Amino acid sequence: MARITLENLAHSYLPKPVSDADFALKQMTHIWDDGGAYALLGASGCGKTTLLNIISGLLTPSQGRVLFGDRDVTHAPTAERNIAQVFQFPVVYDTMTVRENLAFPLRNRGKDAGYIAARVGRIAQMIGMEHGLDRKARGLTADAKQKISLGRGMVREDVNAILFDEPLTVIDPHMKWELRTQLKQLHRQFGHTMIYVTHDQTEALTFADKVVVMHDGRVVQMGTPEELFETPAHTFVGYFIGSPGMNLFPAKVQGREADLGGLRIDLGADYAPLAGETKIGIRPEYVQISDQGHPVSISSVEDVGRHRILRGRLAGHPVNAILHEGESLPAEPRLGFVPGRINVYHDDWRVAPGKV
Amino acid sequence: MDRPWNNKAWFLVLPVLALVAISAVIPLMTVVNYAFNDTFGNNQFFWAGLEWFDEMIHSSRLHGALGRQILFSAIILAIEVPLGIFIALNMPKNKGFWSSLCLVLMALPLLIPFNVVGTIWQIFGRVDIGLLGRTLSALGVDYNYVSDPIDAWITVIVMDVWHWTSLVALLCFAGLQSIPQAYYQAAKIDQASRWAVFRHIELPKMKGVLLIAVLLRFMDSFMIYTEPFVVTGGGPGNATTFLSIDLAKMATGQFDLGPAAAFSLMYFLVILLISWVFYTVMTNLDRDETSGEAK
Repeated sequence: MARITLENLAHSYLPKPVSDADFALKQMTHIWDDGGAYALLGASGCGKTTLLNIISGLLTPSQGRVLFGDRDVTHAPTAERNIAQVFQFPVVYDTMTVRENLAFPLRNRGKDAGYIAARVGRIAQMIGMEHGLDRKARGLTADAKQKISLGRGMVREDVNAILFDEPLTVIDPHMKWELRTQLKQLHRQFGHTMIYVTHDQTEALTFADKVVVMHDGRVVQMGTPEELFETPAHTFVGYFIGSPGMNLFPAKVQGREADLGGLRIDLGADYAPLAGETKIGIRPEYVQISDQGHPVSISSVEDVGRHRILRGRLAGHPVNAILHEGESLPAEPRLGFVPGRINVYHDDWRVAPGKV
Repeated sequence: MDRPWNNKAWFLVLPVLALVAISAVIPLMTVVNYAFNDTFGNNQFFWAGLEWFDEMIHSSRLHGALGRQILFSAIILAIEVPLGIFIALNMPKNKGFWSSLCLVLMALPLLIPFNVVGTIWQIFGRVDIGLLGRTLSALGVDYNYVSDPIDAWITVIVMDVWHWTSLVALLCFAGLQSIPQAYYQAAKIDQASRWAVFRHIELPKMKGVLLIAVLLRFMDSFMIYTEPFVVTGGGPGNATTFLSIDLAKMATGQFDLGPAAAFSLMYFLVILLISWVFYTVMTNLDRDETSGEAK
């Protein structure tokens, strides 16, 4: 087990990158704690797989270093890094039985038979396959195969980190939840450093202690699920996390107030004057619908079960609001923002309140 | 199963049936006709029943040719299949210049007409003017495929390996290309040995194409005619007279049409039988592994 340090790391798939745009992964420095459960979250093509491949040793970064603990592993091959990885699609050895599959990484490292048997039994129980251990892996369903892959990834106790590359893509929805819970339990039990790549925010937020949101080759925010929700550091985080995402409006910010197309919005805190493009963002959860406030035109109401989502326009800009169970929609709805919940963005990055 | 059933659809198959009839069934029937009759030309046939078959089954000449044929096919399969796999494993995998160059070079022997292959090796191996023959003589090796049966066999086998190993290699290469990169990476993470990677990842994924390769090579080698005929003419003596060569001698050399027809029918059935056995055994092996409990 080890702390993972990414030092001035950057990667480009081009031989001679010139501009910032040539880099699939922009320069970054991060330290990931030993025993943390991290989720790399981002849309397709944001660089999360590139980052994972650099950590697993499949790719050598164009610049910067990767450290496991104090050891520089930037140029070390995968086999030397002592990591485990679970891939997006099941990777099982078809010719072996389930038992042999699970035992394979241990057997290759010369562990004794008693230990292997105990460990395999334990993992089999965890993935719920203790009764099919002597079946050939070949005829199994994709679900079962992926469970074997997960099991093989976790069978070793001494790994530096376990990497998961969207491992639940092929798993049935009800199994997904169960496996994710088991992963979480396992993490608590053994304290492995786990890195979980996904584009599914639910997966990321339920699995990880720290979610690393990536956008356009950059880590835009690394924080707890709560931080991502309350104070998104970048408009992308606001938009990507949450369902629906954060409402963003171009606005002029002056002191405690914002001017949104003529409407005066109370920000709940003072801001230094900002030049350039400024936006204010608010979660639909913090948009209040009542018969007081700013005029809004509602275009649709979606009932998603626990609550209703209102879609409408405010001063010409699209706005979403959440209407909780029990709340009713007034005949002439008007809209207000919870003041302390508004975030201000300057060139898409969040600005902390406070006078200069 | 509510598939629409329409007998008129059979009409659509008629053109193909007609083509197959002209190209395969009718010629085959004439062979059958010869096999059960005796003829002296002028379209006069006399019923011979199973006489020719009886004669052929007990013919030591045919037994000899069959023995040589089986030995030949066994040897070339034993060489070409492992060699082909070995070459495929060592070909450059990424799609670059070297990979393309390899593929083109490998495909070259496959594109050369059979009798040209024979001619190439016939000249190549000649002791008086051939590059190989003269070099070997100069090195003091007593090599002469015209007079020494062992040398003749070696020449014919090496020629076949040169001509056809590429086919096995290319098919295996295609099989290898279909293995996702994640498998190799997982194997690295699991610290699998090179042998384990071959045994548990590469071989299982190549199995399908390997089955086809073995079948093709078996059928082709079992019917081999042109190349040994051009190089050795079946000699020295009868040393390299394989089934097809013997059959051609019998049919067009001696004009023993009846025995030759009986011979070719049995020949055809033997190939069909062995191929069927091959195929059934290999697909059954496959099925056993796919379904159910191991051991």
